[in-house]
Amino acid sequence: MSDVKSARPLSPHLSIYRFRPTMAMSIIHRITGSALYVGTLLLVWWLVAAASGPDAFATASAFFGSIIGQLILFGYSWALIHHMFGGIRHFIWDTGQAISKETSTKLAMATIIGSLAVTVILWLGILIFG
Amino acid sequence: MSDFRTPLRRVRGLGSAGGTEHFWQQRLTALANVVLITFFVILLLTLMNESYEGVREAFANPFVGIVMALVVFSATLHMKLGMQVIIEDYVHGAAKLPLLILNTFFAIAVAAACLYAIVKMSFGV
Ligand code: HEM
Ligand code: HEM
Repeated sequence: MSDVKSARPLSPHLSIYRFRPTMAMSIIHRITGSALYVGTLLLVWWLVAAASGPDAFATASAFFGSIIGQLILFGYSWALIHHMFGGIRHFIWDTGQAISKETSTKLAMATIIGSLAVTVILWLGILIFG
Repeated sequence: MSDFRTPLRRVRGLGSAGGTEHFWQQRLTALANVVLITFFVILLLTLMNESYEGVREAFANPFVGIVMALVVFSATLHMKLGMQVIIEDYVHGAAKLPLLILNTFFAIAVAAACLYAIVKMSFGV
């Protein structure tokens, strides 16, 4: 190794890398997708409860209205919004746009800032007008 | 040795065969999801403080029933395709096939339960 003199790149050191927003967004897209996947069970519960009758619906409503229920819904709404923005980002890439290093980093930042902003605005709206 | 299947028959359905179809279906359902999930979120917001009767009344509306069925169809197909990629990326060996099967069953079970509830409420029973 010590007699390597040229400036050619070495094989990648997988454990040495600089943190990039794009890689964070990549894994978050996967994590939010998985969370949404598991969370469809909540949708099943709510729909089946509403279809079953007032008692089952009251139980489900009580859960979703509780602090824990609201926290879960808050998290789910962020995951959904973030995943949707991430998906739209994929659509932009699919047209061949915004692939350069600089633009894709900007787009990654826009995705996370946008999803957090829209989620907070959504829940502020719920708190104020709900 | 005593394999009478042609080489083509043996590789069909394996590897990247069908990858384009998978990619396309993932995009198509993702595009549909943008519209459908937005509808669903707005529906939830309007129903948030609604009573049981109010929720049932909303689901008795044919437009709500039909679009909700599309939401469920698109979302469960999309999530099945997405989770399949995740499993194929991380799981190798004996656990892979059972997990792929479980993934399909989970998506279909979620879809079936949701559609049952939607149809039941649509017909007001
Ligand atoms: C519990 C129910 C069933 C099980 C577990 C089952 C299982 C299977 C399996 C393992 C194969 C071989 C697939 C392959 O290697 O290509 C097969 C083929 C087939 N099954 Fe079934 N089957 C069931 C019910 C039925 C029913 C109800 C029908 C028809 C009404 C049916 C029609 C066929 C036909 C036509 C094929 C040949 C498909 C081909 O061209 O390869 N099966 N089934
Ligand atoms: C709201 C609109 C949505 C859009 C625009 C969208 C978009 C996308 C896109 C483009 C991909 C492919 C990413 C890639 O090729 O790497 C994807 C993956 C995925 N989506 Fe969605 N999606 C949406 C909603 C959902 C929902 C509701 C669920 C679950 C219930 C879900 C679960 C998944 C999963 C599990 C993956 C796989 C993630 C991965 O491979 O890393 N998505 N989504």
